[in-house]
Amino acid sequence: MSIGIDDLNTNQLDVLREIGNIGAGNAITALAKMLNKKVDMSVPKVKILNFKEIPEILGSSDTLIVGILLEVTGDLKGNILFVLDSNSAHSLVNILMGKQDADKSAELDEIEISALKEMGNILAGSYLSALSMLTNLNILPSVPDLCIDMAGAILSVPAIGFGKVGDSVLYIETEFTDGTQKVAGEFFLIPDVNSYETLLSALGVMG
Amino acid sequence: MENVIKVGMADLNVAVSPFILTTLGLGSCVGVCLYDSIAKVAGMAHIMLPYSMHGKPETNLAKYADTGIELLINEMAKKGAVKSRMIAKLAGGAQMFNFRQENDIIKIGQKNVLACKEILNNLNIRIIAEDTGGNFGRTIELFAEDGRLMIRTIGFGVKQI
Repeated sequence: MSIGIDDLNTNQLDVLREIGNIGAGNAITALAKMLNKKVDMSVPKVKILNFKEIPEILGSSDTLIVGILLEVTGDLKGNILFVLDSNSAHSLVNILMGKQDADKSAELDEIEISALKEMGNILAGSYLSALSMLTNLNILPSVPDLCIDMAGAILSVPAIGFGKVGDSVLYIETEFTDGTQKVAGEFFLIPDVNSYETLLSALGVMG
Repeated sequence: MENVIKVGMADLNVAVSPFILTTLGLGSCVGVCLYDSIAKVAGMAHIMLPYSMHGKPETNLAKYADTGIELLINEMAKKGAVKSRMIAKLAGGAQMFNFRQENDIIKIGQKNVLACKEILNNLNIRIIAEDTGGNFGRTIELFAEDGRLMIRTIGFGVKQI
C-alpha cells in the first residue's frame, strides 16, 4: 500500500516541516549570495491542505500565475514546483535585474522568463541540497520549465501528484524581500508514489 | 451570477435549466460534461486521475474517471436524466509543463482524456465534442438549458463546443 500525506503521523509531519524550513532558508541564502545583497525572509510556513482548496491559495482558480517545475531524479523521484502570483513574479524579476519601478502589468519578456527559470533552478537546487544532506540521498534536479497560466491549471500538477496517494497536499509558503520589493511564493515537493517510503526511511521516521 | 454552480477540483455537480455549471482553471484534469437534452439536466465532473485502483477504500469518488463518471450519471438520474439520452463533451487534459523524459505527472492529462473516452464508450455515451490537450488552462461553463459548453483560455481565445 502506498503512503500519502494523510497517512503520516505528527512526528513524520514535523520532520517534513523542518526540512521545509531548512530548505527554504538555504534557498534564500543562495539568492542573497547571488544578488550580493541582503534578502530578508519571513519564517516559512509549511502547510497541509486538502487539494480542493489548493487552486484558491493564490486567489481565484483563474488568476494568472507563474509556475516553475523541475523534475527530481536519483534516489528520490518526483517533482518540485515553485509558484508565484504575477505581482510577485514581476517583483522577483525586478530584484534579479535591478529594476526599480518596472510596469507590473506588462507581459514578461524572454529575458525575464529566463531569469525566473534560473531563479527556480537556484531555489530548487538549494532546497534539494539541504534535503540531500539531511537524508544522505542522492537527489538531482532537472532543467526547469516555466508556465504562465490559470492558477487552477498550474496547481493541478501538484494536486494530481499528491492526489494519487491521498487527498492532501504539503507545501511551503515563503515570503522574502530585498527591502523594497516583496515576493511571496509557494513551494511544492511532490514525491512519486514510492518515494515517500524512501524519504521517511532516510529520515529515520518510517513506521 | 446566482445561476452559476461551481465544480471544484475532484468534485462533481448536477444542474437543471436555467442553471450553469462551471469549473475554473482546468489544467491536466478533465472536465467531463454530460447532458440530457430532453430532461434539460446537465452534469459536470472535474476528474483528476484515470482509475481508482490503489488498494485503498476510496473516499472521494469524483477524483477518478471510472468512479466519477458513474457517480455523475447516478446523480443526474436523480434529477430526471436518462442515461441512454445522455451525450458527452470533454475539455481539459492539457500538459502544462514540458520535459523530454517520460514523466508520470507530466503526461497525466493525456491519460485522463483516454480513460474518460474509454469509460464513456463502455457506457455507450456518445462524445459529441471535445477540446482537449494543448499546454494551456481552460475555464469551462456548461449551460443546462441547451447543453452548450463555453471554453475560455488565457491567450487562446474563447470557443463554444
